[in-house]
Amino acid sequence: MSRQPCPNDVPPLVTVRGLAKRFPKTRRPALDGIDAEVRAGRITGLVGPDGAGKTTLIRVIAGLLTASQGEVEVLGFDPAVAAEKIHDRCGYMPQRFGLYEELSVIQNLSLYADLRGVPGEERAPTFERLLRFTDLQRFTDRKAGALSGGMKQKLGLACALLSRPALLLLDEPSVGVDPISRRELWAMVKELVGEGIGVLWSTAYLDEAELCDEVILLNEGRKLCSGPPEELTKTVESRTFTLAVHDGRRKILARALQQDAVIDGVIQGERIRLVLREGDRFEPASVGAGSGTELRPVNPRFEDAFIDALGGVPKGESAVTQAMQPVFLDEKPAIECEDLTKRFGDFVAADRVTFSVPKGEIFGLLGPNGAGKSTTFKMLCGLLRPSGGQARVAGYDLRRAASQARNRIGYMAQKFSLYGNLTVQQNLEFFAGIYGLAGKRRREAVSRMVEIFGFKDQVNLASGQLPLGFKQRLAMACSLMHEPDVLFLDEPTSGVDPIARREFWTHINALVEKGRTVMVTTHFMDEAEYCDRVALIYRGRVIALASPDELKRSVRSSACADPTMEDAFIALIRRSDQQPAGAAG
Amino acid sequence: MPMIMNRQASGWLRLRALIRKEAIQIISDPSSILIAFVLPVLLLFLYGYAVSLDSTKIKVGLALEDRSTDVESLIAAFRNSPYFILSVSFSRRELERDLVAGRIRGLVVVPADFSRQRNWQGGRPALQVIADGSEPTTANFVQNYVQGVAELWLQQRAMETGRPAPVPVTVEPQMWFNPSRESKNYIVPGSIAIIITMIGTLLTAMVVAREWERGTMEAMMATPVRIQEIILGKLLPYFGLGLGSMLFCTLAATFIFQAPFRGSFVSLFLFTSLFLFTCLGIGLLVSTLAKSQFVAGQFALVLGFLPAVQLSGFIFEISSMPPIIQGLTYLFPARYFVQGLQSIFLAGDVMSILTLNGAVLAGFSALFFLLNARVTRKRLE
Repeated sequence: MSRQPCPNDVPPLVTVRGLAKRFPKTRRPALDGIDAEVRAGRITGLVGPDGAGKTTLIRVIAGLLTASQGEVEVLGFDPAVAAEKIHDRCGYMPQRFGLYEELSVIQNLSLYADLRGVPGEERAPTFERLLRFTDLQRFTDRKAGALSGGMKQKLGLACALLSRPALLLLDEPSVGVDPISRRELWAMVKELVGEGIGVLWSTAYLDEAELCDEVILLNEGRKLCSGPPEELTKTVESRTFTLAVHDGRRKILARALQQDAVIDGVIQGERIRLVLREGDRFEPASVGAGSGTELRPVNPRFEDAFIDALGGVPKGESAVTQAMQPVFLDEKPAIECEDLTKRFGDFVAADRVTFSVPKGEIFGLLGPNGAGKSTTFKMLCGLLRPSGGQARVAGYDLRRAASQARNRIGYMAQKFSLYGNLTVQQNLEFFAGIYGLAGKRRREAVSRMVEIFGFKDQVNLASGQLPLGFKQRLAMACSLMHEPDVLFLDEPTSGVDPIARREFWTHINALVEKGRTVMVTTHFMDEAEYCDRVALIYRGRVIALASPDELKRSVRSSACADPTMEDAFIALIRRSDQQPAGAAG
Repeated sequence: MPMIMNRQASGWLRLRALIRKEAIQIISDPSSILIAFVLPVLLLFLYGYAVSLDSTKIKVGLALEDRSTDVESLIAAFRNSPYFILSVSFSRRELERDLVAGRIRGLVVVPADFSRQRNWQGGRPALQVIADGSEPTTANFVQNYVQGVAELWLQQRAMETGRPAPVPVTVEPQMWFNPSRESKNYIVPGSIAIIITMIGTLLTAMVVAREWERGTMEAMMATPVRIQEIILGKLLPYFGLGLGSMLFCTLAATFIFQAPFRGSFVSLFLFTSLFLFTCLGIGLLVSTLAKSQFVAGQFALVLGFLPAVQLSGFIFEISSMPPIIQGLTYLFPARYFVQGLQSIFLAGDVMSILTLNGAVLAGFSALFFLLNARVTRKRLE
């Protein structure tokens, strides 16, 4: 198959017209009125927040679900009646990669080769090509369950590619995968597309969407728009600016977001990035940005256009500002660790981790999967006992007074860890009780949280049935119930749509303004820019610790004059790989 | 590039791949091995052996109604047995009181005409054994060992006197308190029923549900594999595992635990296969409907395991159940299997029992396979 010179002239691999999909016992259809096309030799991004209907659409195309309404044609066949014909020529990687954990890499490949009917004589060269392509040659005998997230993802891709499919369906292949693995996967898929394969790639990462040839934007089961991402990005052209602010950028951002002219605003290192409404003007002085600061025009991003298409971020400041008592900022650090070490048998998961976080700071922990960032994080919030070294949180030594320390910290787990069949009110009361609040104090705490997070209309709903954004807000409310000094957030926004993420960070910013300290782990590189300082953890050690801007500056080169946070992340890790062991610090 | 291949041939290839995959999973998953090969031994041991082990020294009374000197050596034989703690009395009533009070577990009565019968050509020397039937294993134990001791004594006497041994002593057991006694002989068929249910229903339901939970089922369904191949690829390995475990169980029961096996292996295999098909059908149905390991496990326990233990006649005699419960036992395949197995093990291939119960089991498996064919689709809905 050769590359299609003009893909629009050939019929698309997938055509979807007026598709609707309803599941029994749900109010809203999972998909409604969807038109979409996937063409050969292109990456079509399927973009949208959790619950938008991305997975449902991919499953309908793969013939695993039947459409309730509308027409679907895949590789010339109707998946409702000829799913087997489609399966012959279509590779599909489901969200959890579909690997057998007890089988080794090569056994997984052999299994899928048999299932896909790869003939014996083609097998050896195919395996070799795919193993080389995915860089898994050294791990052929390792069990799939023992692979890292990024390696599993590559093996999943290899299994989907065994019979040289014409169409490749990838369902959120990059969820929970670190930037390096994401970038490698992207390069691999790009290569396949060069060979003429058509790819449908679903993602919640908007920076990924920006790189696709075409995107289909879904929200709540409906299509918002589709087309090349540049076209959508163009709609916010000359409306994106950054503003250099030296002090109090969170306060200034909060003020800016209250203005009607501002559609979106985020912190980006030492600057504030703003998207303005068409035809509106914005005066930096009006938010107290100080004299001499100017709006500097910047290139629009896909995310800006996405937020614009969804109608901008909600106005108003976080109710945290009024409802919470400020913490007195003194010299003592909120979190302090020295030579913190954790060993699992021979394996050193965290190796002499040392840093100190002053009060009122947002501190980010970044690192590839399995680098030790979760281990460090869990030791600091008292969930894991260190093998060595010191750690103090909110003034308490974690080895001696872990329970006192735990009373002063709030923790929000990565997964939704509330009781799904309790109502919002019951969950709040339960957590208030856990933190030792009773009687009047408990009632006050619960009603304060209901007010801050706007739960008035949901208090009697079972929390398991809330949309993801609400669940995450509730989880945050539960972790703030006892007004902790230090808040630990473990990948708090993974899978949450950009609007809900903005709202979430508005609360975080308000908390920090009140003197609270926040420690956060994330795979979103733009979120790393919201932090005051970032520690990059790799192979159990802190390989870099600085403000986001300093990190970016440190990797600036002639090849990359204006590095992004992701560029910095990758460059710093590569740099650490090149150094002899033990020399980095 | 479309591949031109014989569809039939690639179907076999896929099925072989699925079976090989399942085999690797079974081997690397300790729980399957545990259920198939460790659990049977455990069950046999628990139900059939552990109780006996507790009673290597049983308190037994010897009531002497025959006061001839001949009996002296019989008393000595009992005293020398490592299995008994003997209390000898001329008063049968006194020992009976001890038995009722639980001070002794069994009572051996030497009738007044014992010596006379033994010395008289053509006589039938008999010992009466009265055992505490509320502990059936102990009661059986008493009976068997009294028989052993008595026969040994007779042979010794014959050698001493140079006369050929007369007819062996007949021990006439009489069970008090629990006339429908059970023993390890009954345990073997019941244990096999439980193991087959565990493998066929519980294990199969769990491993299929696991594929749904981990998303591997979804990945498999997006390949050219047919739904029949997926089903067969699950059934055949667990069918093999079930038969292997049954064979293991039978060998362990007959060789280690000395249980009788009076039927033929052919009927054992055929009959077990029928039951195994039924169990696999239930297991598949449960997992197709439940799709989560937790729910599938619960259903498999309630629909498969519990009836196999409670309603099969394995532990609780069906004839002594209330009529409603007795009626209920007809709804669960385990009952038919245990009946047939008891016949194969204890009585031999009684064709009337085997064909009747086998026909019911065949009906059950056909029913479940039809249901499976109806509900299973190569789709996620």
